[in-house]
This record gives sequence, structure tokens and C-alpha cells, in this order.
Amino acid sequence: MSVAERLIAPKAPPAPQPQAWTGQKLVGHSLMGLWVAASVGLFLFLVGSFDIEKIRTYGPDYLSGLWITLQLVIMAVAIGALVSLPVAIGRMSANKPISWLAYAYVYAFRGTPLIAQLFLIYYGLGSFRDTLDALHLWTFFRDPWNCALFTFTLNTAAYQAEILRGAIQSVPRGQHEGAAALGISRWITFRKIVLPQAMMVALRPYGNEIILMVKGSAIVAIITVFDLMGETRRAYSRTFDFQTYIWAAIFYLIIVEALRNVWAVLENRLTRHLKR
Amino acid sequence: MPISKAFTLAASTALLAVTMSAASAQDVVRIGTEGAYPPFNVIESDGSLTGFDIDIANALCDEMEVECEFVTSDWDGIIPALQAGRFDAIIASMSITEERKEQVDFTEKYYNTPPAIAVPKDSDLTEATPEALAGIALGAQSSTTHSNYAEEKFADADLRLYPTPDEYKLDVASGRIDAVIDDVIVLSEWLESEDGACCKILDTLPIDPVINGEGAGIAVRKGEDELREKFNAAIQAIRENGTYQEINDKYFDVDVYGS
Repeated sequence: MSVAERLIAPKAPPAPQPQAWTGQKLVGHSLMGLWVAASVGLFLFLVGSFDIEKIRTYGPDYLSGLWITLQLVIMAVAIGALVSLPVAIGRMSANKPISWLAYAYVYAFRGTPLIAQLFLIYYGLGSFRDTLDALHLWTFFRDPWNCALFTFTLNTAAYQAEILRGAIQSVPRGQHEGAAALGISRWITFRKIVLPQAMMVALRPYGNEIILMVKGSAIVAIITVFDLMGETRRAYSRTFDFQTYIWAAIFYLIIVEALRNVWAVLENRLTRHLKR
Repeated sequence: MPISKAFTLAASTALLAVTMSAASAQDVVRIGTEGAYPPFNVIESDGSLTGFDIDIANALCDEMEVECEFVTSDWDGIIPALQAGRFDAIIASMSITEERKEQVDFTEKYYNTPPAIAVPKDSDLTEATPEALAGIALGAQSSTTHSNYAEEKFADADLRLYPTPDEYKLDVASGRIDAVIDDVIVLSEWLESEDGACCKILDTLPIDPVINGEGAGIAVRKGEDELREKFNAAIQAIRENGTYQEINDKYFDVDVYGS
């Protein structure tokens, strides 16, 4: 027993105040009620219109579409992370032409819609077939999957480069100077001092970027790569049952929810020294 | 402007609007079409709609003595848009199939043409058989009878589905895909144009009544029998009075009505 507890007699906590029904509370509760009613209604609708025949016919298509979406996003984000490294370094470079070049790349890919980039790279490059043939690049760009992966990689790399640059620059200069004063080499300073602190800042934006990529990939069917959304549209065009879109939404929600949970674990781990 | 004058103007405008909407309730039929399927329906560079479907629709509306208003819609969503009441009928070269009959009612056909396969001029393909097409990249517009045809008959081909014919045309011209399947008239029209110089018709395919249906008809919402019958009577009438033939000859060398 500590000194404080001996000196001051413990008192019972005050009785909880009855909470008044304010306007705000009323609105909040009724909105919540609305949401619950909508979810119950949706659930009942799905149960009521459950059709084993449709699931048997289109289920495998959905799974293959889901697999395409996952593959595309995972590969694009991973390769994009590699590409983003030199771009981020270029953005921070003191060399004007290099930083200008990196900035132009980031500017172009962040400033235009993904769907326009996809169209330009797929159909645009398709009309320069002879040039690409001469450069031995046609075998790569002939395939719609490669074009999709290429576009998404370049797009996400631009965003990731900015996330990385912002995070690295958010680490105070004092950290560099302190490390230098201790005689720690620049590479070790970057790897063991700057990067771990930058990762804490970058983690959430990275998660958001992946989630945006998952949802952004839903346009890829316009270049004949049938992802989850493409298969959904195909199933819809044959059944005219808008349930098909609900299933797609549920699949996307599951992906995003899984990512959110993984990210919560990662954040816990990276910030464990800040826990009290 | 004095208040009384402004009020009169507002009131008369409102009155005009009311009388106009009352009139349009009976006399305007809104026709849904796609606008990306030359020569049947296409949006010109100035935004106007032209094509065989459009001329037929206008002729039918004249026959029925109603005013027609065209609404364009994406092909994928054209049946749901009809059901949602965005328009009253679809005249967009829609084949009458069993699948679609579960959703909408159709008139009698107003034309029927077979599917065909087009390939680049330097293609090694010599025949359109499932064996010859196995493993080749075959393009088609998604949600069409032609894509269903390819799925059924050429299951071993690498089927690529495009939102509209414009995109598969680009891809077969650039050599990204080896062949495309679509209506023979649509393909021929494209091959005669400048953009179609790359390619040739490989073969015309036999119509499969189960997949291709009974030809292209006009779709109306289920149960709208009055409108459907009016369209049927009008189709009959323009077939008999020569208007159909006139429109047919304006676009094609052959008779597209079929047997």
C-alpha cells in the first residue's frame, strides 16, 4: 500500500448522472437504427434470394476474378515499392535535373485519372506497334495483363514515392546530427534511425494507398483483364440480378477489412515503445 | 420587371410546362439505344444518332404516329435502364434470346443476320472451326450473343471481352488479338472503312437459334403488350409499304431481314 493510499481514505465514485435525451443523441440513435434496419434488410434480401444455381454457375468466375484482383494489386504494390525508392531519393536530391525529373513523374501520375493512364498505355501504345516491335517491347505490351500491371505499378509508385519522401523528411534533422556526432555512418543512420521512425509515419498512408489500389483496380476489365468487378458485370449482364453487385461489394469489403486488421497489428508492433 | 409581369410570365411558363408534359405522356415514346454499333446505331461526331436502327425506329414511330425521343445507354446496363423506366423501348440490334426474355418482352424480329469472324489480312487462319481457333486470342463485345457464341463454340480460344466494338477493332488492328467475332454486317461495314483496312472476313458462321435467338427485336418492359403490339403492327406495315426496303437499301447491298 502506498503512502497516498494510507493518507487519503478511498472514496466511492460519484453516482452516474442520468443522461438527458438531447437532440443530438436522438438523431444519433435514429441514424444508428436506420443503419441496423438497412443491414438486416440487406441480409434478409440475400437470404431470401439465395440461389444455389447462380452460385454454382458464377461462383468459380467470382473466385477467379478475386484472384486476378489480388494478384494484380499485390504485384503492383510490391514492384511499385521498389520503383518508388529511386523516385523518392530523386525527389529529395539536391541535383536540380534529377529532382525535377522525379517531380514531373510524380506530378503526371498523381494528376491524371488511373483509367486515362490505363487507356493510354494499353490502346495508345497499341497504335505504335511497329516502333515497339523494333524495340522488342511488343511481346510485353501485347499482353493486357502486362499493360495493367505496368500502369498500376507506375501509378502506385508515384504515390508511394511521395509517402516515403514525406515520411523520411518528417524525421527531425536532430536525429541525423545526433547520429553524426556519435560517429554512426550515414547508411546505418538511415537504416536503423531514420527509416524506423519514418515507417511509423508512413504506415497508415501506405495502408490507404493499398486500399485505394484494391478499389482502383476495378476498372481493369476495360482492357479485357477480367478481375472481380469484370466478372461481376459479366454475371450481372446475364442474370440482371443486382445481387451480383452486392456480392462484389462484400468481397471488396472483406479484402479491405483484412488489410485494416493487418495494419492495426503492424502499427501496434511499430509503436510498441510508445505504449504506456 | 414589375412584379405582376414577372408573375404572369412565371404562371404562363408553368402552364406551358404542364400542358406539354400532359401531351408527352401519351405521344412521346422514348427509345433506348447504344450508339456504338455502326452501321446499326452510332453517335456521329456532332452528337446526333444515325444508323439502320435509328432509321427503322423513326419509320416505326411515323407509322405509329408518335414522337420518338432517343436516349443512349451503355450496352451492359441497357436492360436495367429499360426496367427502371429511363426509356420505353430498346431499338439497338438486340437479339431475341431466352435469357433476355426472362427480363423483357420482345416484338417480332426486325432483322436477322449471322455472326462472322474477321482476322488481320496476313493471318495464318484459313477456317473458323473450333480446332483452328483453339489457343488464339479471340475478341468480342461483352454481354452480347456473339460473346456467348464464342464461349460456347470456341471454348478453347482465349476469349477477350471488350466494352464496345471500338476497342476490339483497335486491338485486332494492332495485332494484339488474332480474330474478332461479331455480326457479319457490323464487321463488313468496318472492313470497308479506312480503319478496317487491316483485316478481312475469315468466314460467316451459321446462326445458332439457341444462342443467337430469333434475330434482333424491340424490347419493351414486361407486360407492356399495347406498346409491343403497336410496334409489331408498325413493323408489319413498313415491311409491306416499302419503307423497310428503302432503309435496307440505304445501308446494305443484301436483305438483312432474313428468312
